[in-house]
Amino acid sequence: MSAALDTLAVEEAVLDVVVEAGDGFVGTVPAGGSFRIVDLNGNQAADTLFFDAHDLSNRYSAMDTIREQGAVYLTTGSKLLSSNLDLLATITGDTCGRHDTVGGACAQESNVIRYGRHTRHQHACRETFVKYAASIGMSARGIPHNINFFMNVPLTSDGGLTFADGVSAPGKYVEVRAERDIVVLISNCPQLNNPCNGWNPTPIRLLGWWQ
Amino acid sequence: MSPLLTHDVPSGAAYSVLVRAGRVVRLTALDDGANCSTLLFAAHDRVDRLNVPDTLKAQMSARICAPMVLMSDRGLGLASVTGSSLDWHDAISGHSLDAHAERFGASSYGSDRNEWRRSARHGLLSELRKHGLGPLDLHACVNFFSKVATSDSDAGTLTWVGGHASAGDWVTLRAEVDLLVVLSTAPHPLEPSWRSGAVGVEIETGSPYGRDDPSMTFRDESARALLAAKEVFV
Ligand SMILES: [Zn+2]
Repeated sequence: MSAALDTLAVEEAVLDVVVEAGDGFVGTVPAGGSFRIVDLNGNQAADTLFFDAHDLSNRYSAMDTIREQGAVYLTTGSKLLSSNLDLLATITGDTCGRHDTVGGACAQESNVIRYGRHTRHQHACRETFVKYAASIGMSARGIPHNINFFMNVPLTSDGGLTFADGVSAPGKYVEVRAERDIVVLISNCPQLNNPCNGWNPTPIRLLGWWQ
Repeated sequence: MSPLLTHDVPSGAAYSVLVRAGRVVRLTALDDGANCSTLLFAAHDRVDRLNVPDTLKAQMSARICAPMVLMSDRGLGLASVTGSSLDWHDAISGHSLDAHAERFGASSYGSDRNEWRRSARHGLLSELRKHGLGPLDLHACVNFFSKVATSDSDAGTLTWVGGHASAGDWVTLRAEVDLLVVLSTAPHPLEPSWRSGAVGVEIETGSPYGRDDPSMTFRDESARALLAAKEVFV
């Protein structure tokens, strides 16, 4: 546990909201603020994006982040970079261990590809992303590839990729420090067709500390 | 049969081309160490674009290879990788930015004329803007001819595999819908030197395919993406 976490008391949080399974969140975290996502019941994917609050086109870039840190998973110390290589946020605490940023977000259309036409009308992350993005004036075009906090997507040296059971558990959390004013956009994943939510999507809790 | 279009893209340059559904885009490395950072858009609706995460997770792959189907944000098979001399094309490490080019010193048109070092970002944006697109349309690319492997360690460390492509290596993409193809031949961002190569682009007439097509039989997910492409305009 990082030193920063020891000093953050839950009762002093200025942001404390529970996001139900299948719902989302958009909000601003000022530079220097800490933002925590708690996996309340375990094995719940929190699809997350960060944007420069003053330029929404300067947004989280999964592939730039992976390449510049020289590793495919995110964990404590990972520097979350924008498409212009600006530092948006740093992961300062992680009781889970590692997080995916290759697997993207579920969508109704990709559910059809992966699971069949009967899943076309099941709720999906991209519905939530687009809805909350619209509330800050952003269209589907502006939504890049996301982070899947608490999700385990192992890549193998021979070029394989799998969706494995989660490495998270009830109460595990990840925390980032905003390195500039950032907008956080979250979809609390409603996926029912694979183990990313332990086959049962559950709520997450968002906590924030800043002046 | 001679190609419908042949265009050689020099090293470090960028190009875009509209391709009819059913035709085949053949990319050929004309030099050792070529890289081709490539974006795809559905020409009928350019909000719908290549989605690398969806492509990889639906086909359980960390790389692009034949006979995978390259899928869009909205669940279309945009193109099928019908063949390649290489079994690995990188799609998880992005394209080069100006900061990568600047590692090799200052360069400008004023000092270096058309030999100036332009990043993939510079070239891709230059081509995107011609079509009324811009930075919001920069999704993850496929870096044809480049290989970046991941370790099996807990961190998933990346390894740049130098010298992956040689002159003559090739890949063919069958357009499944009308496509806008945007590409850059700037070096891969992990290439330790400012070294890449020219890439030949040929557009060939394709041939109809059926249920026994390798991309149809590869995985159920691949087949469903191809079926979705056939239902774009019903
Ligand atoms: Zn989801």
